[in-house]
Amino acid sequence: MAHAKNHDYHILPPSIWPLIGAIAGFVMLFGAVLWMQGITPFMFLAGFAGVLYVMFCWWAETIRESDTDQTPVVAIGLRYGFILFIMSEVMFFAAWFWAFFKWALFPMDGFAGTEYAAPHIHAVDPFHLPLINTLILLLSGCAVTWAHHELVHNGERKNIVAGLIIAVGLGVAFTAFQAYEYWELLAHEGWEFGGDLYFSSFFMATGFHGAHVIIGTIFLFICYMRARGGAFTAEKHVGFEAAAWYWHFVDVVWLFLFFAVYIWGNGALH
Amino acid sequence: MADAAIQGHEEHDERGFFTRWFMSTNHKDIGILYLFTSGIVGFIAVAFTVYMRMELMEPGVQYMCMEGARMFAAGAGEECTPNGHLWNVLITGHGILMMFFVVIPALFGGFGNYFMPLHIGAPDMAFPRLNNLSYWLYVAGTSLAVASILSPGGNGQMGSGVGWVLYPPLSTNEQGYSMDLAIFAVHVSGASSILGAINMITTFLTMRAPGMTLFKVPLFAWSIFVTAWLILLSLPVLAGAITMLLMDRNFGFTFFQPEGGGDPVLYQHILWFFGHPEVYIIILPGFGLISHVIATFSRKPVFGYLPMVWAMIAIGALGFVVWAHHMYTVGMTLNQQTYFMLATMVIAVPTGVKIFSWIATMWGGSVEFKTPMLWAFGFLFLFTLGGVTGIVLSQAAVDRYYHDTYYVVAHFHYVMSLGAVFCIFAGVYYWIGKMSGRQYPEFWGKVHFWMMFIGSNLTFFPQHFLGRQGMPRRYIDYPEAFAYWNYVSSIGAFISFASFLLFIGIVWYTLTRGAKVTEDNYWNEHADTLEWTLPSPPPEHTFETLPKQSDWDRGTAH
Repeated sequence: MAHAKNHDYHILPPSIWPLIGAIAGFVMLFGAVLWMQGITPFMFLAGFAGVLYVMFCWWAETIRESDTDQTPVVAIGLRYGFILFIMSEVMFFAAWFWAFFKWALFPMDGFAGTEYAAPHIHAVDPFHLPLINTLILLLSGCAVTWAHHELVHNGERKNIVAGLIIAVGLGVAFTAFQAYEYWELLAHEGWEFGGDLYFSSFFMATGFHGAHVIIGTIFLFICYMRARGGAFTAEKHVGFEAAAWYWHFVDVVWLFLFFAVYIWGNGALH
Repeated sequence: MADAAIQGHEEHDERGFFTRWFMSTNHKDIGILYLFTSGIVGFIAVAFTVYMRMELMEPGVQYMCMEGARMFAAGAGEECTPNGHLWNVLITGHGILMMFFVVIPALFGGFGNYFMPLHIGAPDMAFPRLNNLSYWLYVAGTSLAVASILSPGGNGQMGSGVGWVLYPPLSTNEQGYSMDLAIFAVHVSGASSILGAINMITTFLTMRAPGMTLFKVPLFAWSIFVTAWLILLSLPVLAGAITMLLMDRNFGFTFFQPEGGGDPVLYQHILWFFGHPEVYIIILPGFGLISHVIATFSRKPVFGYLPMVWAMIAIGALGFVVWAHHMYTVGMTLNQQTYFMLATMVIAVPTGVKIFSWIATMWGGSVEFKTPMLWAFGFLFLFTLGGVTGIVLSQAAVDRYYHDTYYVVAHFHYVMSLGAVFCIFAGVYYWIGKMSGRQYPEFWGKVHFWMMFIGSNLTFFPQHFLGRQGMPRRYIDYPEAFAYWNYVSSIGAFISFASFLLFIGIVWYTLTRGAKVTEDNYWNEHADTLEWTLPSPPPEHTFETLPKQSDWDRGTAH
């Protein structure tokens, strides 16, 4: 751009990533359909690799731009954008909770003339593994907050890095326990993946939450790598903030899942 | 003044074709891409309806035969076994394409992208690259939708015929993978719209020109802002609902299967929780656009700016709490029905505020019926008519009789086909000179309007009668008793289609030989938003020096 730019907004040069990203998305979803039809998994995998590649390159570019053209108003815009994204995620979970509440409040075996009989389901005790997982996730949120606190109050770099790696470690522990719980339920307690509305909403709600935990863990891990490399200052740390907000959002969703799907659901199964 | 605002506009545009249109980070170019693509998809969706109206012109099935789809009626000796699946595919395709791939991309993606940043004096969108991802995801979604029509579906034929609402059990039981592709098409277009909404909201909140406080923002930009909120909060819920369909179809889940404790009505609730905001997503940008057109051609500032803004906000908020009026007949309790009925009728209040404010804007103005004003005027009349039949349908008791009849078809085409689409045309004629630098031929614009006005009214007005006689929607055939008005309705559809062809001709003529636009503001001083301070077409980069308050603040808004 040869001519003057007399404002603080973000004007970008043309970029190839949106086009490639959309093509990769098309290939991935068309491939997903073929895979579900039992034809071939490869088209999906190729598309998925493309999507990951675009995400990596695009966000690497975004991180590089944070050093050069991130004016205050651009940083505010990124924060707004990320909060709005989280709001849309909240509404996505609303659909899964809706299905669960329908099961809990208006079960089909309560309708006159129904032929459906609820199967006997071995309930999960919410105050064993799920409670431990709740504590793990909350503790992980504390670790992120500690890192955040150290960052904005010009604390020690090693504390920021430590806070982040503790949070990542606890996130991995959560995922591991959740995987163990799934395995236990499916292999030993006679649960099925689908087959009843309770199973459907349990696995989709906790499953999508689990996927978000994994994404959030990766996001925090990238912040950890960047923090180790000396990124983030008390004034400029949009990426860190976004990761922290995302992590808290994942926390809050879990609390709702814990109280609704685990505690209330446990009561409704008995 | 104008030149001060857009420094450097003589600069030569050095971008190559591929760089400019495939790698764009420019809100104006992306807006144009949106408009063209939605025009092409619109043509496909309209072509579907012409074929359907051909079939419905006479009782009996003449064109959509199992022996092969025909362009000419079967002769006396020829066999024609009705192909109901083809019919179902066409109504589904028409609905999905029009809802997700034509009207939202044209109004929100096209005009929203091009003019919302200009109206608030922003140099571009907040996230220019993300903006292009929205566009290309929209293209990817369209490709998936077209692929869905052409892949193996129900009844051993191509395409899925389940209706645009994708109700189970039809959508969960249909064979083939056409349905799965349609679900992913909606996912992708939803992601595109959500990213667009995030972009629009952020732009609106952080990039307004110095001095432009929230209640000084032009109405079109406001309408895009409210629409963006509706998209942001309702589309993810739809994504959840159709993901449940996908799980039911492919992985043995039972969200909507009664034998597994699921409930098809659950789907209807979740779908319409999205679906009702969706209809306001479609019409709200039109509301904003029409306000500018009416003010310009009445030579008066818009009447009641502040109530106009609050009415849009109120319509948006109320849109989230009325969804079950689409499903009065599923067996809800009387209390639920009463609530949804009352809440629905409340929406008539802010809508009335808008309609009367537009009329008051024209009142005492020197109204000039240029083509955009004709479309706006037509919109006002027809949208009101569709709104009034909406009040009729909002009555749960009356809806017992009208549910799934042609009365409903007439109602929602009056608010969409004649409401939202008239807004699109009003916008095209209002802004084509600004976007292309060439002006449309006034005479042919008016011919287009009158053809479309007569054609679409002839199509949809008689459908009220058919509905009242009890003709159900979504059937390929009907008894002799409904023949007369169906014949009239088909004639109307053909006239509308002819007007669409004329429109394509007008656009082509305008872009290649239309008279060059020489003035920045070729209407009058009541076209007072910031795009009218720029040359036509605006340069690649606008507002590199942010506009001064005196460029846009007429002090008349309140």
